[in-house]
Amino acid sequence: MNLSILFSAQYRKIARDGLWDNNVVLTQNLALCPLLAVTGTATNGLGMGLATMAVMVASNAAVSVSRHLIPSEIRIPIFVLLIAALVTLVDIFLNAWMHELHKVLGLFIPLIVTNCVILGRAEAFASKQSVMPSMWDGLMMGAGFTAAMVVLGAMREISSAGTLFANASVLLGESFRFMETTLIPEYKGFLLMALPPGGFIMLGFMVALKRLLDRKSVVKQSQPSIIDAIIAE
Amino acid sequence: MNSEPAKPTPKSAEVVARGLAILNKTKLQLQIWLEPAHLELLRPQLQFQAGVLAGFALLAAILLGFADLATRGVIQQRLQEDLQANLEQVVPAELYDNNLLKDSVMLASADANLGAEQTEVYLAKKQGVLNAVCFKFVAPDGYAGPISLVMGIDSKGEILGVRVIAHVETPGLGDKIEVTKSKWVLSFDGKSLDNLTIEQWAVKKDGGVFDQFSGATITPRKVVQAIKRGLEFYRANQTELLATQ
Repeated sequence: MNLSILFSAQYRKIARDGLWDNNVVLTQNLALCPLLAVTGTATNGLGMGLATMAVMVASNAAVSVSRHLIPSEIRIPIFVLLIAALVTLVDIFLNAWMHELHKVLGLFIPLIVTNCVILGRAEAFASKQSVMPSMWDGLMMGAGFTAAMVVLGAMREISSAGTLFANASVLLGESFRFMETTLIPEYKGFLLMALPPGGFIMLGFMVALKRLLDRKSVVKQSQPSIIDAIIAE
Repeated sequence: MNSEPAKPTPKSAEVVARGLAILNKTKLQLQIWLEPAHLELLRPQLQFQAGVLAGFALLAAILLGFADLATRGVIQQRLQEDLQANLEQVVPAELYDNNLLKDSVMLASADANLGAEQTEVYLAKKQGVLNAVCFKFVAPDGYAGPISLVMGIDSKGEILGVRVIAHVETPGLGDKIEVTKSKWVLSFDGKSLDNLTIEQWAVKKDGGVFDQFSGATITPRKVVQAIKRGLEFYRANQTELLATQ
């Protein structure tokens, strides 16, 4: 396969959309249910993000392959059926062959079905595009989601318990024990941040920061025109 | 040198050729049928929509059915391994030399509120002497759903160990009942109905001796209550269990 297409304008735009411009969490403000439920720690955010990413790649591929077959009137039930079947498959395969990982992620996997982003990408992208761009879109949207989950989880974990990537060795294996760090020893804990309201508060900060950065880059790009506008006034 | 049967006779060659022709024709027809332009004509038709929905439902059902068939045995085996590992965690190895999974009795537990009509009690014996018992039980009233536990009890009625096998409690809050996340569950070791009063068998918020978690009181409360019920279940069946020796 020719990997150079990944650097074509279309693929670069998909990647940019997924990771930053149209980020699931920070721009679309979707998928807040799993987001707030599991981002108590960075490790949980990472596990949920990766599982969601895998399902999103598979569901985008399935929807894209069958896009000409699916009448628009009944597309939603078919998408839901496909996604639910895929999530169940991931759940039982993990349980059978990656049992240790399933014991950690098992709580979160059924939650993936409730993630509206997967349905959203099937509807907005995969049902109109061919297979490769759709899978790439699933991968990039998933990566953007995972990144946001890990950052949010890390901020909540640091402020609520003073640790970072606690229990990472349970999720990723013993060799990742080095990731487990205690940033603030003897920390008394700040419960609010571990609870869903803390998730909302931190999410608010993250969204605001992203808007700020976006505005700064827009101002930089359009500096002359703003000056023009001021002069014109 | 009888190579006659290997070579297709003219007649069978004809059959094969005809079969291939039919196959090619169906392939071609399917290709035409699956052309986006043709499907676009079909999509507004009601019977096509019903057929597609049924087709996808069938596909999903077949996939899930086969996946279940392929994994059921493996998952069962994994669960057995889990159970074995859990039993080993709650009963020290020096207390038994028998196969715990094979040496068990079924006791009626409908009145004990342990989540099942019958509870399988595994017997830990060393040279035929019963040293400890262990069994799985359920706290049916956890915060988010049932909490499955396993507990080992020695012959004095003291807890050797308790572990949570499965639960759906809130990640980051209620999941501190897992031994991998917190040492809380070890605080039951050595406790019994004799060395603690009935009032002490509760979380600190309710006047007992066991810690609750910040942000999650219901989960540890229900676990403590279930463990107490488990001990009561053991006490009620103690004579019967000792008689199995």
